[in-house]
Amino acid sequence: MRAFQALRYRVMKDLGAPALMAAARFKARRRPRRAPDPNMGAPLKCGGRLRELMTRHYLLARYAKGAMPVAWVTSGAPVELLRAFGFYTVYPENHGALCGAKGMGADLCRIAEEEGFSQDLCSYARIDLGSVMSGKTPVGRLPRPDLLFASNNICQTVGYWYNVLADRWNIPLILLDTPFNVHGGPDEASVAYMVRQFEGMIPTLEQVSGRPFRMPTLKDVLRISKETADTWGEVLGTMKARPSPMTIFDAFVHLAPVVSLRGLPAALDYYRILLAELRGRVARGEGGIREERRRLMWDNIAIWYKVRDYSTLFAEKGLNFVTATYTNAWAETAVFMDEARPFESMARAYSRVILNNDLDYRLRLMEQMIRDYQVDGLVIHSARSCKPYSVGQYDLKRLLMERFDIPSVIIEADIADERAYSEEQARTRLEAFFETLGP
Amino acid sequence: MDYVVGMDVGSLSTDAVILDRQGGIAGIGIVRTGASSLRAAEEALDMAVSAAGLGRSDLGYVVSTGYGRTGIPFSHRAVTEITCHARGACFLFPDTGTVVDIGGQDSKVIHVGPGGRVMDFTMNDKCAAGTGRFLEVMAEKLQVGLEDMGELSNRAQGEATISSVCTVFAESEVVSLVARDHPTEEIVRGIHRAIVGRIWGMIRSLGPKGELTMSGGVAKNRGVVAMLEELWGRPVQVPEEPQIVGALGAALIALDQETQPGE
Repeated sequence: MRAFQALRYRVMKDLGAPALMAAARFKARRRPRRAPDPNMGAPLKCGGRLRELMTRHYLLARYAKGAMPVAWVTSGAPVELLRAFGFYTVYPENHGALCGAKGMGADLCRIAEEEGFSQDLCSYARIDLGSVMSGKTPVGRLPRPDLLFASNNICQTVGYWYNVLADRWNIPLILLDTPFNVHGGPDEASVAYMVRQFEGMIPTLEQVSGRPFRMPTLKDVLRISKETADTWGEVLGTMKARPSPMTIFDAFVHLAPVVSLRGLPAALDYYRILLAELRGRVARGEGGIREERRRLMWDNIAIWYKVRDYSTLFAEKGLNFVTATYTNAWAETAVFMDEARPFESMARAYSRVILNNDLDYRLRLMEQMIRDYQVDGLVIHSARSCKPYSVGQYDLKRLLMERFDIPSVIIEADIADERAYSEEQARTRLEAFFETLGP
Repeated sequence: MDYVVGMDVGSLSTDAVILDRQGGIAGIGIVRTGASSLRAAEEALDMAVSAAGLGRSDLGYVVSTGYGRTGIPFSHRAVTEITCHARGACFLFPDTGTVVDIGGQDSKVIHVGPGGRVMDFTMNDKCAAGTGRFLEVMAEKLQVGLEDMGELSNRAQGEATISSVCTVFAESEVVSLVARDHPTEEIVRGIHRAIVGRIWGMIRSLGPKGELTMSGGVAKNRGVVAMLEELWGRPVQVPEEPQIVGALGAALIALDQETQPGE
């Protein structure tokens, strides 16, 4: 059985997926093009390549079950360890964002709510549970995992959410506990505590995957992962240019590989191509929008069902988002990764992700970004789903306005549940913000 | 065209202000918005036009604001109520640093800079608590007139505790207080305490700045104003017609357009 599934996966990977991609490309060429938005810059050439990369990832996920071990992983978990055992990884948060962008968020949330999950729970969690319960997904089918892997460096919810899944399928859940950072990075005791956890995970990972742990493999993965995160950092760094060669809404979409395919050569290859394209645009002075009058910063996760609307709305006003704490999160800790000390460096890198730090850290980070990217205004998304990200935003806003004398606005919304979004209220706030930014 | 118009199409009322070239108020009109904001806008404008003793042909530039700002065909430009309230409040009280507007559908606190420029603002969200609607619901429940609430509240000997910040829950608290035959004045005072508590939280989130000017229909409620003054520690500035501050701000922006057509 396993041999058949492995063979089927290989056939799909080497023949099926490329054939489907070629067919899709052919169809796309024949489809009439949507009229370009006059306020936007030329679309990125990499867009099609990104679509293929992610479509292929979800397509092959369908055939991974049985052919290789499958894991569901949280966005902030040290996936490198799983890659060393050959796991096919699925990211429910990325899937949740996709559902949100496709307008399926509220429906899937409702299914979870009917089963008794609170409306106050994160919408990524509700979408994932709703999708598991109903089988509904925009990607065809998600493979049932053999293992769950979560880290509470992004929030406490993931622990409870993944426990529900572990209980439902009676599969192992591995949770990396990362002590919260107050006044700087983790101390030596915390690092040692996380290293001990990594060592303790190995027997379970060996058992589920049926493969022995090999340190050289982990080192290889870690090297690729660090290079990928660094390259993603360079991609974002091109947005320091005036005009910025893309908008943050582009970056939200191009974030998918560093989240879901981190540690795989495909993601690194992709970002190298994207980086070259962006550098070309900077050299030619091509911007992400037609006329960049003002430069803005975004805080918190994207409002996925509004990405297109906002990108049009802001471009029309000549406002370009050039940086975001959210997209930056997958680049900022790469510096701590070191293949010479795999466990220790993973502990240092993953415990430093933005949401595992106190507000002082976030304030200093945002100050740095405002200076580096020459930001003229700040749009803060207070996300009903993401409490760790949204708490403290009013204080951050006040302090940043005092220090930089730039206008800012808070939009109350949600990442993927469009029922928590009021168009009229958001519009009024944004228009008032545009008025304070001036002509 | 010697006159300009500001229209504030809100959720509860629609207001029109006509200004002459010198910025003097020539006429005002206030009507309930009801089911058609367009009809309300026409009515309010007609009322203001006849109060000013003018004809429609005397009117020049029109700026609209409020929730219905984009649906007015005779408006030349739509501006948000945040910008308009700041401008209007500063015109009436030049030392204004903070504007509190409690409208029918939302409430806002605005920091105002030189010339009525908006420096920062905050608004309540997705919740009727802290809005004029909250008071309307409660007045209806208690069968007292909205305009009588201030006086009732100031007359109360004691104060009922309304602990919930949610309109629906607060309403059920009021129901149980009524059932226990609690004095109406004290319930009204408790209701005012709840709304002022919400507003005060918003003021604190921006920080108090300069003098406080109140706009919006709720500013007519002396009970609410008195409680806010207790917290603010100084008198609160209330315009004679607090409802028209948004429309006045819109009219002032219209006047800018007429006098600096290059902009």
